[in-house]
Amino acid sequence: MMRFDSALGLEARRGPVATAVKVIVYTGMVLVFTGPLIGLLVSAFSRTLDPTSFSLWPDGFTLDNFIEAADKNVYGYLLNSFVVVGFGLLLQMLVSVFAAYSLSRKKFRGMAVVMLIMLATMMLPEEIIAIPLSLVLADLPLLHADLIGTYAGMILPVGAWGFSILVMTEFMKEVPVELEEAARIDGAGELRTFFTIILPLCRPALGVIGVFGFTMIWDQYLLPLIVAPEPGMWTLPIALRSLRSDDEVGLGVLLAASLLALLPSIIAFLAFQRQFMRGLTSGAVKG
Amino acid sequence: MSPSVTLTQAPPAPAASRRRPRRVRRRGTLVAWAFLAPALLLFLYFKFIPMAKGLVMSFQEIRYLDSTWVGFDNYRTILTDEAFIAAIRHSAVLALGTTAGSLVLGLALALLIEGPARYLWFVRTAAFLPVVTTMAVVAEVWRIMYHPGDTGMINSILGWFGGDPQPFLASEHSSLLSIMGMSVWRGTPYDMMIFLAGLVGVDRSLYEAAAVDGATTWKRLRHITLPALRPVFWILFTLAAIRGLRVFVEVYVLTNGGPNGSSEVLMTLVYKLGFQKGELGVASAGGILLFVATLLLTVLVQVMRRRQAA
Repeated sequence: MMRFDSALGLEARRGPVATAVKVIVYTGMVLVFTGPLIGLLVSAFSRTLDPTSFSLWPDGFTLDNFIEAADKNVYGYLLNSFVVVGFGLLLQMLVSVFAAYSLSRKKFRGMAVVMLIMLATMMLPEEIIAIPLSLVLADLPLLHADLIGTYAGMILPVGAWGFSILVMTEFMKEVPVELEEAARIDGAGELRTFFTIILPLCRPALGVIGVFGFTMIWDQYLLPLIVAPEPGMWTLPIALRSLRSDDEVGLGVLLAASLLALLPSIIAFLAFQRQFMRGLTSGAVKG
Repeated sequence: MSPSVTLTQAPPAPAASRRRPRRVRRRGTLVAWAFLAPALLLFLYFKFIPMAKGLVMSFQEIRYLDSTWVGFDNYRTILTDEAFIAAIRHSAVLALGTTAGSLVLGLALALLIEGPARYLWFVRTAAFLPVVTTMAVVAEVWRIMYHPGDTGMINSILGWFGGDPQPFLASEHSSLLSIMGMSVWRGTPYDMMIFLAGLVGVDRSLYEAAAVDGATTWKRLRHITLPALRPVFWILFTLAAIRGLRVFVEVYVLTNGGPNGSSEVLMTLVYKLGFQKGELGVASAGGILLFVATLLLTVLVQVMRRRQAA
Protein backbone atom coordinates (compact mmCIF):
# COMPACT_ATOMS: atom_id res chain seq x y z
CA MET A 1 0.00 0.00 0.00
CA MET A 2 1.41 3.39 -0.98
CA ARG A 3 1.37 6.32 1.34
CA PHE A 4 0.43 9.74 0.10
CA ASP A 5 2.44 12.10 2.20
CA SER A 6 3.80 14.02 -0.73
CA ALA A 7 3.17 14.83 -4.37
CA LEU A 8 5.98 12.65 -5.68
CA GLY A 9 5.78 10.04 -2.94
CA LEU A 10 9.58 9.86 -2.83
CA GLU A 11 9.73 8.99 0.79
CA ALA A 12 7.76 5.82 0.32
CA ARG A 13 10.25 4.47 -2.21
CA ARG A 14 12.72 2.09 -0.69
CA GLY A 15 15.49 -0.03 -2.11
CA PRO A 16 19.17 0.62 -2.84
CA VAL A 17 18.69 2.64 -6.04
CA ALA A 18 16.06 4.95 -4.58
CA THR A 19 18.14 5.45 -1.46
CA ALA A 20 21.27 6.23 -3.48
CA VAL A 21 19.40 8.77 -5.61
CA LYS A 22 17.95 10.42 -2.53
CA VAL A 23 21.33 10.60 -0.80
CA ILE A 24 22.90 12.19 -3.88
CA VAL A 25 20.10 14.72 -4.38
CA TYR A 26 19.93 15.79 -0.75
CA THR A 27 23.70 15.96 -0.24
CA GLY A 28 23.95 17.96 -3.45
CA MET A 29 21.34 20.41 -2.22
CA VAL A 30 23.01 20.91 1.13
CA LEU A 31 26.40 21.34 -0.55
CA VAL A 32 25.21 23.83 -3.14
CA PHE A 33 23.37 26.05 -0.67
CA THR A 34 25.66 25.86 2.34
CA GLY A 35 28.99 25.12 0.65
CA PRO A 36 29.87 28.75 -0.09
CA LEU A 37 28.99 29.78 3.46
CA ILE A 38 30.96 26.93 5.01
CA GLY A 39 33.81 27.85 2.69
CA LEU A 40 33.75 31.36 4.09
CA LEU A 41 33.66 30.04 7.64
CA VAL A 42 36.64 27.75 7.12
CA SER A 43 38.69 30.21 5.08
CA ALA A 44 38.29 32.99 7.61
CA PHE A 45 40.20 30.82 10.10
CA SER A 46 42.82 29.59 7.63
CA ARG A 47 46.45 30.57 7.68
CA THR A 48 47.08 30.61 3.95
CA LEU A 49 44.45 32.08 1.70
CA ASP A 50 43.64 31.62 -1.92
CA PRO A 51 42.06 34.75 -3.45
CA THR A 52 40.35 32.66 -6.11
CA SER A 53 38.72 29.97 -4.07
CA PHE A 54 37.54 28.79 -0.69
CA SER A 55 39.04 25.90 1.14
CA LEU A 56 36.55 23.51 2.67
CA TRP A 57 39.37 22.04 4.75
CA PRO A 58 41.18 24.44 7.06
CA ASP A 59 44.80 24.99 6.16
CA GLY A 60 46.30 25.67 9.56
CA PHE A 61 43.87 27.15 12.07
CA THR A 62 44.53 30.75 13.05
CA LEU A 63 42.79 33.74 14.60
CA ASP A 64 45.19 36.17 12.92
CA ASN A 65 42.56 37.43 10.49
CA PHE A 66 40.30 38.42 13.35
CA ILE A 67 43.14 40.05 15.26
CA GLU A 68 44.26 41.99 12.21
CA ALA A 69 40.63 43.01 11.61
CA ALA A 70 40.79 45.14 14.74
CA ASP A 71 43.36 47.41 13.05
CA LYS A 72 41.01 48.04 10.17
CA ASN A 73 38.17 49.08 12.50
CA VAL A 74 36.09 46.01 11.64
CA TYR A 75 34.87 45.79 15.24
CA GLY A 76 33.92 49.45 15.11
CA TYR A 77 31.71 48.70 12.09
CA LEU A 78 30.32 45.67 13.89
CA LEU A 79 29.47 47.82 16.89
CA ASN A 80 27.70 50.33 14.64
CA SER A 81 25.69 47.48 13.15
CA PHE A 82 24.71 46.27 16.60
CA VAL A 83 23.71 49.74 17.77
CA VAL A 84 21.50 50.22 14.71
CA VAL A 85 19.93 46.77 14.88
CA GLY A 86 19.50 46.93 18.66
CA PHE A 87 17.72 50.25 18.88
CA GLY A 88 16.09 49.84 15.48
CA LEU A 89 14.55 46.53 16.45
CA LEU A 90 13.39 47.81 19.82
CA LEU A 91 11.72 50.78 18.18
CA GLN A 92 10.26 48.68 15.37
CA MET A 93 8.74 46.13 17.74
CA LEU A 94 7.28 48.80 20.03
CA VAL A 95 5.80 50.72 17.13
CA SER A 96 4.39 47.49 15.69
CA VAL A 97 2.69 46.28 18.87
CA PHE A 98 1.25 49.73 19.54
CA ALA A 99 -0.15 50.03 16.03
CA ALA A 100 -1.38 46.44 16.04
CA TYR A 101 -3.17 46.97 19.35
CA SER A 102 -5.07 49.82 17.84
CA LEU A 103 -5.85 48.04 14.57
CA SER A 104 -6.97 44.80 16.21
CA ARG A 105 -8.86 46.14 19.23
CA LYS A 106 -10.34 49.51 18.42
CA LYS A 107 -13.03 50.52 16.01
CA PHE A 108 -12.70 54.01 14.69
CA ARG A 109 -13.39 56.06 11.64
CA GLY A 110 -10.53 55.97 9.15
CA MET A 111 -9.35 52.50 10.08
CA ALA A 112 -9.74 51.21 6.53
CA VAL A 113 -7.59 54.09 5.29
CA VAL A 114 -4.91 53.29 7.85
CA MET A 115 -4.86 49.65 6.75
CA LEU A 116 -4.49 50.82 3.18
CA ILE A 117 -1.58 53.05 4.19
CA MET A 118 0.17 50.10 5.83
CA LEU A 119 -0.25 47.98 2.72
CA ALA A 120 0.89 50.85 0.50
CA THR A 121 4.15 51.17 2.42
CA MET A 122 4.81 47.49 1.82
CA MET A 123 4.33 47.95 -1.91
CA LEU A 124 6.77 50.84 -1.99
CA PRO A 125 10.32 49.59 -2.47
CA GLU A 126 12.84 51.53 -0.38
CA GLU A 127 15.19 51.81 -3.31
CA ILE A 128 12.99 54.15 -5.30
CA ILE A 129 12.78 56.74 -2.54
CA ALA A 130 16.49 56.61 -1.69
CA ILE A 131 17.36 59.95 -3.28
CA PRO A 132 14.53 62.09 -1.86
CA LEU A 133 14.93 60.23 1.47
CA SER A 134 18.53 61.37 1.68
CA LEU A 135 17.34 64.99 1.31
CA VAL A 136 14.58 64.51 3.88
CA LEU A 137 17.08 63.01 6.32
CA ALA A 138 19.43 65.94 5.83
CA ASP A 139 16.69 68.39 6.79
CA LEU A 140 13.59 66.90 8.42
CA PRO A 141 10.50 68.89 7.48
CA LEU A 142 9.22 71.07 10.38
CA LEU A 143 11.82 69.73 12.80
CA HIS A 144 14.80 70.90 10.75
CA ALA A 145 17.08 68.27 12.15
CA ASP A 146 19.98 66.86 10.16
CA LEU A 147 20.17 63.10 10.58
CA ILE A 148 22.95 62.46 8.08
CA GLY A 149 25.89 60.88 9.85
CA THR A 150 23.85 59.92 12.93
CA TYR A 151 22.60 56.63 14.30
CA ALA A 152 19.09 58.11 14.36
CA GLY A 153 19.24 58.46 10.59
CA MET A 154 19.73 54.73 10.25
CA ILE A 155 17.29 53.77 13.03
CA LEU A 156 14.20 55.93 12.56
CA PRO A 157 13.48 54.99 8.91
CA VAL A 158 13.29 51.29 9.84
CA GLY A 159 11.18 52.06 12.93
CA ALA A 160 7.87 51.39 11.23
CA TRP A 161 7.53 48.30 9.06
CA GLY A 162 4.21 47.34 7.49
CA PHE A 163 4.99 43.62 7.57
CA SER A 164 5.57 43.58 11.33
CA ILE A 165 2.46 45.61 12.01
CA LEU A 166 0.24 43.35 9.90
CA VAL A 167 1.64 40.11 11.35
CA MET A 168 1.13 41.49 14.85
CA THR A 169 -2.39 42.72 14.07
CA GLU A 170 -3.44 39.31 12.76
CA PHE A 171 -2.09 37.68 15.89
CA MET A 172 -3.76 40.08 18.31
CA LYS A 173 -7.13 39.48 16.68
CA GLU A 174 -6.84 35.89 17.91
CA VAL A 175 -6.13 36.86 21.52
CA PRO A 176 -9.41 36.68 23.50
CA VAL A 177 -10.72 40.05 24.67
CA GLU A 178 -12.24 38.77 27.95
CA LEU A 179 -8.99 39.10 29.87
CA GLU A 180 -8.43 42.73 29.06
CA GLU A 181 -12.08 43.56 29.69
CA ALA A 182 -11.67 42.06 33.14
CA ALA A 183 -8.58 44.19 33.69
CA ARG A 184 -10.45 47.27 32.54
CA ILE A 185 -13.32 46.58 34.93
CA ASP A 186 -10.73 46.33 37.68
CA GLY A 187 -9.77 49.86 36.78
CA ALA A 188 -6.53 49.29 34.90
CA GLY A 189 -5.69 52.07 32.47
CA GLU A 190 -5.12 51.72 28.75
CA LEU A 191 -1.31 51.48 28.94
CA ARG A 192 -1.33 49.23 31.97
CA THR A 193 -3.76 46.80 30.32
CA PHE A 194 -1.58 46.85 27.26
CA PHE A 195 1.70 46.07 29.00
CA THR A 196 0.47 43.60 31.63
CA ILE A 197 -2.24 41.73 29.74
CA ILE A 198 -1.85 42.05 25.97
CA LEU A 199 1.89 42.03 25.53
CA PRO A 200 2.63 38.83 27.52
CA LEU A 201 -0.04 37.01 25.51
CA CYS A 202 1.62 38.05 22.27
CA ARG A 203 4.99 36.51 23.04
CA PRO A 204 4.91 34.00 20.14
CA ALA A 205 4.20 36.75 17.63
CA LEU A 206 6.90 38.92 19.19
CA GLY A 207 9.33 36.15 18.27
CA VAL A 208 8.14 36.28 14.66
CA ILE A 209 8.43 40.04 14.22
CA GLY A 210 11.64 40.05 16.25
CA VAL A 211 13.53 37.62 14.06
CA PHE A 212 12.18 39.15 10.84
CA GLY A 213 12.95 42.66 12.00
CA PHE A 214 16.44 41.62 12.96
CA THR A 215 17.30 40.17 9.55
CA MET A 216 15.57 43.08 7.80
CA ILE A 217 17.56 45.73 9.68
CA TRP A 218 20.80 43.76 9.58
CA ASP A 219 20.48 43.48 5.80
CA GLN A 220 19.97 47.25 5.29
CA TYR A 221 22.42 48.51 2.70
CA LEU A 222 21.19 51.55 0.81
CA LEU A 223 20.04 53.33 3.97
CA PRO A 224 23.40 53.27 5.81
CA LEU A 225 25.04 54.03 2.48
CA ILE A 226 23.17 57.36 2.20
CA VAL A 227 23.13 58.16 5.91
CA ALA A 228 26.77 57.43 6.76
CA PRO A 229 29.16 59.25 4.45
CA GLU A 230 32.02 59.00 6.96
CA PRO A 231 33.71 55.61 7.58
CA GLY A 232 33.32 56.08 11.33
CA MET A 233 29.56 55.54 11.05
CA TRP A 234 29.60 52.66 8.59
CA THR A 235 27.79 49.46 9.39
CA LEU A 236 29.59 46.21 8.66
CA PRO A 237 27.73 45.29 5.44
CA ILE A 238 28.57 48.58 3.72
CA ALA A 239 32.13 48.53 5.04
CA LEU A 240 32.87 45.23 3.26
CA ARG A 241 33.02 46.80 -0.15
CA SER A 242 35.69 49.33 0.76
CA LEU A 243 37.61 46.82 2.84
CA ARG A 244 37.94 44.81 -0.34
CA SER A 245 39.03 47.68 -2.57
CA ASP A 246 41.56 48.92 0.00
CA ASP A 247 44.93 47.46 -1.01
CA GLU A 248 46.24 47.60 2.53
CA VAL A 249 43.50 45.32 3.75
CA GLY A 250 44.29 41.71 3.06
CA LEU A 251 41.85 39.03 1.97
CA GLY A 252 41.99 37.50 5.44
CA VAL A 253 40.49 40.60 7.04
CA LEU A 254 37.80 40.80 4.37
CA LEU A 255 36.83 37.19 5.01
CA ALA A 256 36.83 37.67 8.78
CA ALA A 257 34.66 40.76 8.40
CA SER A 258 32.30 38.93 6.03
CA LEU A 259 31.93 36.12 8.51
CA LEU A 260 31.17 38.57 11.31
CA ALA A 261 28.51 40.17 9.11
CA LEU A 262 27.07 36.76 8.29
CA LEU A 263 26.86 35.14 11.70
CA PRO A 264 24.29 37.26 13.57
CA SER A 265 21.50 36.75 11.05
CA ILE A 266 22.30 33.03 10.72
CA ILE A 267 22.25 32.63 14.50
CA ALA A 268 19.00 34.59 14.76
CA PHE A 269 17.46 32.35 12.10
CA LEU A 270 18.62 29.08 13.66
CA ALA A 271 17.50 30.15 17.13
CA PHE A 272 14.04 31.31 16.01
CA GLN A 273 13.49 28.91 13.16
CA ARG A 274 9.91 28.02 13.97
CA GLN A 275 8.87 31.65 14.30
CA PHE A 276 10.70 32.46 11.11
CA MET A 277 8.84 29.84 9.09
CA ARG A 278 5.53 30.99 10.53
CA GLY A 279 6.13 34.58 9.56
CA LEU A 280 7.43 33.55 6.16
CA THR A 281 4.27 31.77 5.13
CA SER A 282 1.87 34.28 6.68
CA GLY A 283 3.73 37.15 5.07
CA ALA A 284 3.84 35.58 1.64
CA VAL A 285 0.21 34.58 1.64
CA LYS A 286 -0.81 38.13 2.39
CA GLY A 287 1.57 39.47 -0.23
CA MET B 1 -17.71 47.66 23.66
CA SER B 2 -19.61 49.24 20.81
CA PRO B 3 -21.22 52.46 22.01
CA SER B 4 -21.94 53.72 18.51
CA VAL B 5 -24.76 51.22 18.03
CA THR B 6 -26.59 52.17 21.21
CA LEU B 7 -26.29 55.82 20.36
CA THR B 8 -28.34 55.73 17.21
CA GLN B 9 -30.96 53.29 18.41
CA ALA B 10 -31.49 54.31 22.00
CA PRO B 11 -34.86 55.90 22.71
CA PRO B 12 -34.84 59.44 24.08
CA ALA B 13 -33.13 59.25 27.42
CA PRO B 14 -31.95 61.68 30.06
CA ALA B 15 -29.21 63.91 28.70
CA ALA B 16 -26.62 62.69 31.17
CA SER B 17 -26.74 59.04 30.15
CA ARG B 18 -26.72 59.91 26.48
CA ARG B 19 -23.58 61.94 26.81
CA ARG B 20 -21.55 59.21 28.40
CA PRO B 21 -21.32 56.76 25.50
CA ARG B 22 -20.31 59.57 23.21
CA ARG B 23 -17.52 60.59 25.50
CA VAL B 24 -16.39 56.98 25.83
CA ARG B 25 -16.39 56.63 22.09
CA ARG B 26 -14.41 59.79 21.59
CA ARG B 27 -11.91 58.63 24.17
CA GLY B 28 -11.63 55.25 22.47
CA THR B 29 -10.95 56.91 19.15
CA LEU B 30 -8.36 59.14 20.72
CA VAL B 31 -6.62 56.16 22.28
CA ALA B 32 -6.70 54.33 18.96
CA TRP B 33 -4.99 57.19 17.15
CA ALA B 34 -2.50 57.66 19.97
CA PHE B 35 -1.39 54.05 19.65
CA LEU B 36 -1.14 54.42 15.88
CA ALA B 37 0.66 57.74 15.98
CA PRO B 38 4.28 56.48 16.15
CA ALA B 39 3.82 54.23 13.13
CA LEU B 40 1.98 56.86 11.11
CA LEU B 41 4.52 59.56 11.93
CA LEU B 42 7.45 57.37 10.94
CA PHE B 43 5.70 56.36 7.72
CA LEU B 44 4.90 59.98 7.00
CA TYR B 45 8.46 61.17 7.49
CA PHE B 46 10.38 58.32 5.91
CA LYS B 47 7.99 56.97 3.27
CA PHE B 48 5.35 59.45 2.19
CA ILE B 49 7.20 62.75 2.37
CA PRO B 50 10.18 61.27 0.45
CA MET B 51 7.78 59.76 -2.08
CA ALA B 52 6.02 63.10 -2.61
CA LYS B 53 9.34 64.92 -2.72
CA GLY B 54 10.65 62.44 -5.27
CA LEU B 55 7.60 62.99 -7.43
CA VAL B 56 8.02 66.79 -7.32
CA MET B 57 11.76 66.57 -7.93
CA SER B 58 11.24 64.38 -10.95
CA PHE B 59 9.69 67.39 -12.70
CA GLN B 60 12.44 69.78 -11.69
CA GLU B 61 15.98 70.61 -12.50
CA ILE B 62 17.56 70.71 -9.07
CA ARG B 63 20.16 73.35 -8.36
CA TYR B 64 21.84 74.05 -5.09
CA LEU B 65 19.61 77.01 -4.20
CA ASP B 66 16.86 77.30 -6.74
CA SER B 67 15.12 74.64 -8.72
CA THR B 68 13.26 75.16 -11.94
CA TRP B 69 10.21 73.34 -13.21
CA VAL B 70 11.07 71.45 -16.38
CA GLY B 71 7.91 69.39 -16.95
CA PHE B 72 8.58 65.98 -18.39
CA ASP B 73 12.14 66.77 -19.48
CA ASN B 74 13.72 64.42 -16.95
CA TYR B 75 11.52 61.57 -18.10
CA ARG B 76 12.31 62.39 -21.71
CA THR B 77 16.02 62.32 -20.87
CA ILE B 78 15.68 58.87 -19.36
CA LEU B 79 13.61 57.37 -22.12
CA THR B 80 15.89 58.68 -24.87
CA ASP B 81 19.23 58.17 -23.16
CA GLU B 82 21.05 55.08 -24.38
CA ALA B 83 22.61 54.28 -21.02
CA PHE B 84 19.20 54.45 -19.35
CA ILE B 85 17.52 52.29 -21.95
CA ALA B 86 20.29 49.73 -21.59
CA ALA B 87 19.93 49.84 -17.80
CA ILE B 88 16.16 49.34 -18.03
CA ARG B 89 16.74 46.41 -20.36
CA HIS B 90 19.29 44.90 -17.98
CA SER B 91 16.91 45.32 -15.04
CA ALA B 92 14.12 43.61 -16.97
CA VAL B 93 16.35 40.72 -18.10
CA LEU B 94 17.73 40.28 -14.60
CA ALA B 95 14.26 40.37 -13.04
CA LEU B 96 12.83 37.91 -15.54
CA GLY B 97 15.76 35.50 -15.41
CA THR B 98 16.02 35.53 -11.64
CA THR B 99 12.27 35.13 -11.20
CA ALA B 100 11.94 32.27 -13.68
CA GLY B 101 15.06 30.49 -12.45
CA SER B 102 14.10 30.69 -8.78
CA LEU B 103 10.51 29.64 -9.46
CA VAL B 104 11.38 26.58 -11.54
CA LEU B 105 14.21 25.42 -9.31
CA GLY B 106 12.27 26.29 -6.17
CA LEU B 107 9.30 24.19 -7.29
CA ALA B 108 11.50 21.27 -8.34
CA LEU B 109 13.35 21.27 -5.03
CA ALA B 110 10.13 21.66 -3.05
CA LEU B 111 8.72 18.55 -4.73
CA LEU B 112 11.94 16.67 -4.07
CA ILE B 113 12.11 17.40 -0.38
CA GLU B 114 8.42 17.34 0.49
CA GLY B 115 7.69 15.03 3.38
CA PRO B 116 7.66 14.78 7.14
CA ALA B 117 10.98 12.93 7.65
CA ARG B 118 13.46 14.43 10.08
CA TYR B 119 16.39 14.47 7.62
CA LEU B 120 14.27 16.41 5.13
CA TRP B 121 13.74 19.05 7.75
CA PHE B 122 17.52 19.27 8.07
CA VAL B 123 17.98 19.61 4.30
CA ARG B 124 15.35 22.35 4.20
CA THR B 125 16.97 24.32 7.01
CA ALA B 126 20.41 24.04 5.46
CA ALA B 127 19.16 25.05 2.03
CA PHE B 128 17.40 28.06 3.49
CA LEU B 129 20.55 29.67 4.90
CA PRO B 130 21.32 31.77 1.79
CA VAL B 131 18.00 33.60 2.21
CA VAL B 132 18.85 34.92 5.68
CA THR B 133 22.45 35.73 4.74
CA THR B 134 23.17 39.43 4.37
CA MET B 135 23.25 40.32 0.69
CA ALA B 136 26.56 42.16 0.99
CA VAL B 137 28.21 38.99 2.31
CA VAL B 138 26.61 36.79 -0.33
CA ALA B 139 28.01 39.10 -2.99
CA GLU B 140 31.53 39.08 -1.52
CA VAL B 141 31.47 35.29 -1.34
CA TRP B 142 30.29 34.92 -4.92
CA ARG B 143 32.79 37.45 -6.18
CA ILE B 144 35.54 35.17 -4.94
CA MET B 145 33.91 32.03 -6.30
CA TYR B 146 33.45 33.71 -9.68
CA HIS B 147 37.18 34.37 -9.96
CA PRO B 148 37.87 34.32 -13.71
CA GLY B 149 41.18 32.43 -13.57
CA ASP B 150 41.06 28.69 -14.13
CA THR B 151 41.84 28.15 -10.45
CA GLY B 152 38.67 30.06 -9.55
CA MET B 153 36.25 27.97 -7.51
CA ILE B 154 33.41 27.68 -9.99
CA ASN B 155 35.86 27.32 -12.86
CA SER B 156 37.52 24.44 -11.02
CA ILE B 157 34.14 22.77 -10.62
CA LEU B 158 33.41 23.38 -14.30
CA GLY B 159 36.79 21.80 -15.02
CA TRP B 160 35.82 18.54 -13.30
CA PHE B 161 33.02 18.19 -15.78
CA GLY B 162 35.25 19.11 -18.69
CA GLY B 163 34.00 22.70 -19.03
CA ASP B 164 36.17 25.59 -20.17
CA PRO B 165 37.01 28.35 -17.70
CA GLN B 166 34.59 31.26 -17.88
CA PRO B 167 35.37 34.96 -17.28
CA PHE B 168 32.08 35.44 -15.35
CA LEU B 169 31.92 38.97 -13.93
CA ALA B 170 34.97 40.10 -15.88
CA SER B 171 33.35 39.88 -19.31
CA GLU B 172 30.70 42.08 -20.90
CA HIS B 173 29.01 38.98 -22.21
CA SER B 174 28.60 37.11 -18.98
CA SER B 175 28.49 39.72 -16.19
CA LEU B 176 24.70 40.02 -16.11
CA LEU B 177 24.25 36.25 -16.32
CA SER B 178 26.68 35.76 -13.45
CA ILE B 179 24.75 38.17 -11.25
CA MET B 180 21.60 36.29 -12.22
CA GLY B 181 23.21 33.01 -11.15
CA MET B 182 23.92 34.39 -7.70
CA SER B 183 20.41 35.81 -7.36
CA VAL B 184 18.86 32.50 -8.36
CA TRP B 185 20.99 30.77 -5.73
CA ARG B 186 19.63 33.13 -3.10
CA GLY B 187 16.04 33.22 -4.43
CA THR B 188 15.49 29.50 -4.96
CA PRO B 189 15.35 28.40 -1.29
CA TYR B 190 12.84 31.16 -0.53
CA ASP B 191 10.51 30.06 -3.32
CA MET B 192 11.07 26.45 -2.31
CA MET B 193 9.94 27.16 1.23
CA ILE B 194 6.76 28.94 0.13
CA PHE B 195 5.97 26.16 -2.34
CA LEU B 196 6.43 23.65 0.47
CA ALA B 197 3.91 25.56 2.56
CA GLY B 198 1.55 25.42 -0.42
CA LEU B 199 2.10 21.69 -0.87
CA VAL B 200 0.97 21.06 2.69
CA GLY B 201 -2.43 22.43 1.73
CA VAL B 202 -3.00 20.02 -1.15
CA ASP B 203 -5.84 17.61 -0.42
CA ARG B 204 -4.29 14.17 0.27
CA SER B 205 -7.50 12.33 -0.56
CA LEU B 206 -7.15 13.54 -4.16
CA TYR B 207 -3.80 11.76 -4.40
CA GLU B 208 -5.39 8.58 -3.12
CA ALA B 209 -8.28 8.86 -5.52
CA ALA B 210 -5.85 9.39 -8.39
CA ALA B 211 -3.90 6.29 -7.37
CA VAL B 212 -7.08 4.26 -7.28
CA ASP B 213 -7.82 5.45 -10.82
CA GLY B 214 -4.34 4.33 -11.83
CA ALA B 215 -2.95 7.79 -12.62
CA THR B 216 0.82 8.07 -13.06
CA THR B 217 2.94 10.28 -10.85
CA TRP B 218 3.27 12.79 -13.68
CA LYS B 219 -0.50 12.96 -14.18
CA ARG B 220 -1.05 13.38 -10.48
CA LEU B 221 1.42 16.23 -10.49
CA ARG B 222 -0.04 17.83 -13.58
CA HIS B 223 -3.70 17.67 -12.60
CA ILE B 224 -3.70 17.87 -8.81
CA THR B 225 -0.52 19.35 -7.41
CA LEU B 226 0.27 22.11 -9.88
CA PRO B 227 -3.26 23.56 -10.07
CA ALA B 228 -3.36 23.68 -6.27
CA LEU B 229 -0.12 25.67 -6.25
CA ARG B 230 -1.32 28.28 -8.72
CA PRO B 231 -2.08 31.04 -6.17
CA VAL B 232 1.30 30.50 -4.50
CA PHE B 233 2.95 30.69 -7.88
CA TRP B 234 1.45 34.11 -8.66
CA ILE B 235 2.37 35.56 -5.29
CA LEU B 236 5.96 34.39 -5.71
CA PHE B 237 6.06 35.65 -9.26
CA THR B 238 4.97 39.15 -8.23
CA LEU B 239 7.30 39.32 -5.25
CA ALA B 240 10.30 38.06 -7.20
CA ALA B 241 9.68 40.25 -10.23
CA ILE B 242 9.44 43.38 -8.09
CA ARG B 243 12.53 42.37 -6.17
CA GLY B 244 14.31 41.76 -9.46
CA LEU B 245 13.37 45.15 -10.92
CA ARG B 246 14.59 47.08 -7.88
CA VAL B 247 17.84 45.14 -7.56
CA PHE B 248 20.70 47.28 -6.31
CA VAL B 249 23.05 45.73 -3.76
CA GLU B 250 23.87 42.66 -5.85
CA VAL B 251 25.06 44.75 -8.78
CA TYR B 252 26.62 47.52 -6.70
CA VAL B 253 28.84 45.07 -4.84
CA LEU B 254 29.61 42.57 -7.61
CA THR B 255 30.33 44.74 -10.64
CA ASN B 256 29.05 48.26 -9.95
CA GLY B 257 27.54 48.11 -13.41
CA GLY B 258 30.67 47.04 -15.27
CA PRO B 259 32.48 45.97 -17.23
CA ASN B 260 31.71 48.74 -19.66
CA GLY B 261 28.13 49.19 -18.44
CA SER B 262 27.21 45.63 -19.34
CA SER B 263 25.52 44.96 -16.00
CA GLU B 264 24.31 48.48 -15.17
CA VAL B 265 20.74 48.29 -13.85
CA LEU B 266 18.25 51.06 -13.26
CA MET B 267 18.94 51.47 -9.55
CA THR B 268 22.73 51.56 -9.81
CA LEU B 269 22.44 54.17 -12.55
CA VAL B 270 19.99 56.21 -10.47
CA TYR B 271 22.35 55.97 -7.51
CA LYS B 272 25.32 57.18 -9.54
CA LEU B 273 23.35 60.03 -11.09
CA GLY B 274 21.88 61.14 -7.78
CA PHE B 275 24.76 60.76 -5.38
CA GLN B 276 27.81 61.08 -7.56
CA LYS B 277 26.80 63.42 -10.39
CA GLY B 278 24.21 65.45 -8.49
CA GLU B 279 21.55 64.99 -11.18
CA LEU B 280 18.81 64.75 -8.59
CA GLY B 281 15.91 65.51 -10.93
CA VAL B 282 16.72 62.83 -13.46
CA ALA B 283 17.56 60.35 -10.71
CA SER B 284 14.19 60.98 -9.05
CA ALA B 285 12.41 60.46 -12.33
CA GLY B 286 14.22 57.11 -12.61
CA GLY B 287 12.90 56.15 -9.18
CA ILE B 288 9.35 57.14 -10.09
CA LEU B 289 9.54 55.14 -13.32
CA LEU B 290 10.58 52.09 -11.33
CA PHE B 291 7.65 52.65 -9.00
CA VAL B 292 5.23 52.86 -11.91
CA ALA B 293 6.73 49.67 -13.36
CA THR B 294 6.26 47.72 -10.12
CA LEU B 295 2.73 49.09 -9.76
CA LEU B 296 1.82 48.10 -13.31
CA LEU B 297 3.29 44.67 -12.81
CA THR B 298 1.28 44.11 -9.63
CA VAL B 299 -1.97 45.25 -11.24
CA LEU B 300 -1.29 43.18 -14.35
CA VAL B 301 -0.72 40.03 -12.31
CA GLN B 302 -3.90 40.67 -10.32
CA VAL B 303 -5.92 41.10 -13.51
CA MET B 304 -4.46 37.93 -15.00
CA ARG B 305 -5.25 35.99 -11.85
CA ARG B 306 -8.85 37.22 -11.85
CA ARG B 307 -9.27 36.30 -15.48
CA GLN B 308 -7.78 32.87 -14.90
CA ALA B 309 -10.00 32.28 -11.89
CA ALA B 310 -13.14 33.34 -13.77
